[in-house]
Amino acid sequence: MTVIVAPKAAPAKSVAKDDSMLKQKEMMAAHFDRLTSSGETGAKVCNTFVPGNLNELIMCFDLLNNLPEVNAIQSGLRRQSGAYVLEAEKIGHSEDVCTYVKSDIGMMAKGNIGPNGKRMPDPNVLLLSYTGCFTFMKWFELLREQYKCETIMLHTPYMGDGKITPNMIQYMVKQLKEEVIPTLERVSGVKFDIDRLREYLKRSVKAEDDLVKVLQAAKTKPSPIDAYFGGIYYIGPMFGAFRGTEDAVEYYKFLRAEVEDRVAKGLGPVTPDGDMGKEKYRLVVEGPPNYTNFRQFWKMFYDEGAVVVASSYTKVGGVYDLGFRHDPDNPLETLAEYCLGVYTNRNLPQRIDMLANYIDEYEADGLLINSIKSCNSFSAGQLLIMREVEKRTGKPAAFVESDLVDPRYFSAANIKNRLESYFQMIEQKRAGASAAA
Amino acid sequence: MATSVNGSGSTVSAIVGRAQALFDDLSFTTARAWKAASPDRKVIGYLPIYVPRELIHAAGMLPLGIVGGGDQLEVIHGDAYYQSYICRIPRSTIELGVTGRLDFVDGMLFPSICDVIRNLSGMWKMMFPKVYVRYFDVPQNYKDEIGGNYYTQELVELRDALAELRGKPVTDDELRHSITVYNENRRLVRDLYAFRAQKPWQTPASEVYLLMRAGLVLPVEEHTVMLREYLAAVAKEERPRRDNCRVVLTGVFCEQPPLNLIKSLELAGCYVVDDDLQLVTRWLTSDCPIEGDPLKNLALAFLHHSESTAAKYEPNLAEKGQHLVRAVKRTDAEGVIFACPSFCDPALLDRPMLQHVLKDANIPFIAFKYAENSGQMQPIREQAGTFADSIKLWSGT
Ligand code: SF4
Ligand code: SF4
Repeated sequence: MTVIVAPKAAPAKSVAKDDSMLKQKEMMAAHFDRLTSSGETGAKVCNTFVPGNLNELIMCFDLLNNLPEVNAIQSGLRRQSGAYVLEAEKIGHSEDVCTYVKSDIGMMAKGNIGPNGKRMPDPNVLLLSYTGCFTFMKWFELLREQYKCETIMLHTPYMGDGKITPNMIQYMVKQLKEEVIPTLERVSGVKFDIDRLREYLKRSVKAEDDLVKVLQAAKTKPSPIDAYFGGIYYIGPMFGAFRGTEDAVEYYKFLRAEVEDRVAKGLGPVTPDGDMGKEKYRLVVEGPPNYTNFRQFWKMFYDEGAVVVASSYTKVGGVYDLGFRHDPDNPLETLAEYCLGVYTNRNLPQRIDMLANYIDEYEADGLLINSIKSCNSFSAGQLLIMREVEKRTGKPAAFVESDLVDPRYFSAANIKNRLESYFQMIEQKRAGASAAA
Repeated sequence: MATSVNGSGSTVSAIVGRAQALFDDLSFTTARAWKAASPDRKVIGYLPIYVPRELIHAAGMLPLGIVGGGDQLEVIHGDAYYQSYICRIPRSTIELGVTGRLDFVDGMLFPSICDVIRNLSGMWKMMFPKVYVRYFDVPQNYKDEIGGNYYTQELVELRDALAELRGKPVTDDELRHSITVYNENRRLVRDLYAFRAQKPWQTPASEVYLLMRAGLVLPVEEHTVMLREYLAAVAKEERPRRDNCRVVLTGVFCEQPPLNLIKSLELAGCYVVDDDLQLVTRWLTSDCPIEGDPLKNLALAFLHHSESTAAKYEPNLAEKGQHLVRAVKRTDAEGVIFACPSFCDPALLDRPMLQHVLKDANIPFIAFKYAENSGQMQPIREQAGTFADSIKLWSGT
C-alpha cells in the first residue's frame, strides 16, 4: 500500500495554482529527475518502503530514496500498471499476490520507465524496512535476485499486543547500529554523522506538526479537506522522499495556511472538478484507494456530497495525529518507534479503536471500507473491523472491493451501487434518529 | 512416561488407523480427555509454522497444533469473516472457534508466518477475550547479539506468561527436560523422513502425513512412541514397490492440502520423498543442547539450525532456495512439486525465486494451487501423472 505523490491528476480549475500544489509538483518532478539522472550525476540510490521509510537516515548518506510503491502508484495513475501486472504474471508471478509487486516487476521487465519518461535507476542498496507487511520481504528478495545488489533487512516486530516493548526498541536500535548504518556507510562511502540525523529529524517534527493540523482541520464542518483522496496528496512529501528536508517544512507550512484559510472562509474540499458542493456525508475510510480509476472513484463521493474526514491509509507512513513525533534527542530510538507505530504494524484491536475514535472525533456518519483484493496486510480481518466499529459507534458501515493497481478488479457499477445504498442507509439512520428525538 | 500407545507388536494398519481417527476428529477428543484428566491441566493451541513447544510442555501444558478444518468441516460462520480472496485456513480456524470446538483451549499462539495469521491473532483477541492470545514473533536477523538477544527475551516473555497461566514459575530444569523430550521426538521424525526417502514404497506419503498430524494433537511422549512403533512395524512389512518417480513436495507449510491430494500424487506415479508439511515437528534440524541456559539454547538453535521456508528472510542471495536443491539431492529426488494454497502470499511470492534456482540446478518441477477443501483431484492427478511420465522419459528409464 501507500501514497501517491506527484499530483499528476492535477485539479482542473483554480486550485492548480495553490502554492502548496505547485510546490509539491516541483518537488516531485525534481526528485524523479534526480533519480533518472543519477547515472550522470553519480548519485547512489536506496530503494525502500513507505511504512518504515527512514528518509532522514537515508539522506545522511547522500543516498536518493526510491520507493517502489510510489512507482507502482504512478503506473496505476498513468494506467500502465495493468500491462505491467500482466507482464509479471506472464513471467511466472501468481495472479493471487500483491499487485504492487507485480506492477513493479512488470515495469522493470518493460524497461523501467519512470513518470518523467526516463529510465529509473538500478538501486545501489535495498533497505528492506520490514514493517507491517509480509510482502515487503518477498518483494525485495525478488528485486535482489534481479539487481544483485546489497540488501539490508531491518526487522520491525509486530505490535501483536498493541504495545511497544523495550525489547522491540533495543532489537531495532541494534539492527540500526550494527547492520543498517555500517552497510549504508559502506555502500555510500559517507561516514555516519548522528548530528546530521538530528538536524533532519528537527525538520521532520516541524512538518509533522503542520501535517497534523491539516488532517485535523477535517473536524471542522464543512471539512476543508478530503482526508482520503485529497489526503493522499498531502501525505506525499511526508511519506516519500522529503521528510526531514526544508522543502517539506515549507510545503506543509503553505498547505496548513491554505487549509486554515479555507476553514476561515467556510469552504469545503478542493476536488479535481473544483470546489466540492454542499457537504452531505462525512465518512471515515479504511483501506487503500484504487489508483487505476482514482478520479472516477473520488467523483463517486464528491458528486454525492460525501467527504472523507479521516482515513487509515493516510497513516501507513506514520501515525502523527495520535501524537508520535520524531525525537531529535533520541535519534535511533525514534526511528525504531516510528517504524513500530505505523498503521499496518498495529494490531486489529488498535485499528478498530482508531477508526471508532475517528468516527466520534470527526463526527462522521459512518465507516466505509475499501477492501483491496491483493493486500492481505490491510484486508484480512476487515469484515470484523467493520462489524466492531458499527457496534461501537452505532453508525452504519459499508464495504466495497477493488484493487490498488490492477484495473481488472475495479468495477465502477458495483462500487457506485454500493455507495448509493450506503448513502441511503445513512439518510435512513438520520431520519430514524430525528424521528426518535 | 508412555511406553506403548498401541500395545506391543502394533501393526502398521493399527497405528495408521489411530492416526487417521485423530485426523478425522474435529472435536479434538483426545486433547479434551488429556485436559479433563486433571483440573490443573491446560491446553495451548498454535498455528503453523513454528512455536517452541518445549515452553508449553515445560509448563505442564499440552501444545495443540491447529491447521484449519480440512475438507470435512463445513464452514458456515467463517466465511462471514473473510473475503473470497483470502486463503481458507483462517476462516476454517474461526469456524472451529465459533462452533465451540476449541472451547477447551486456554491459550492460542499465532506465529509470524504471514499477515493473515498475524491479523487473525487480533481477531482472536476480540472474539475470544477469555483466551490467552499471543502473536509469536521470531527474529529475521540471525546474529546472536541482535536477533538472538531479541528472541531470547521473547521466549522469556512467553515462558513467564505461561507460568502466570499455571500459577507457578517454569524452571530451567523443566525446560531442559522438555528440550530432551522434543529432541527425541525430532530425532524420530527425522528417522521417519530418512526412512521414507530410502523406501518410499514402504511409507506412503499419506501415512507419514497422518503420523505427523498426530504429532500436533498427541502429547509428545505418546507421539514419539507412535513413531517408533510405526518405524518398527513398516520395517517388518513388505509392501509392493511401484515404478514411481521421486518428488519433493513444497509450499504446503500452512494451509493443508486435502489428504486426497497427497494420495492422488502417489496414485499418479509420484513418491513424495520430502515435504514441508508440519514443519513445527522438525523445525530445529539438529538436537538443541541441554546444558546451559535453555532459552538461549532454543534461540540459538532457531537462528542457526532451523528449516528454511518462505516466512523466513534469507540474508544471503546465494543461499536462496538452496534448501530445496539440498532436499532434492539428499533424498535422491527427481523433481519438485510446488503445491501452494490459493491466495497464499508466502508460498506464491517465494515460488518464482525457488523455481529459478531449480532451473539453474536442472531440476524439473510443476506447480499448482489448492485449497484445504478442494474436492476435484482429477486435474492434479493428471498433471502429476504427466510430470511423472516426463521424468521417466528424461531419465531414460
Ligand atoms: S500487500 Fe498491501 S501493504 Fe503489502 S505491499 Fe502490497 S499493497 Fe502494500
Ligand atoms: S495459507 Fe498462506 S496466506 Fe494463508 S494463512 Fe497460511 S501462510 Fe498465510
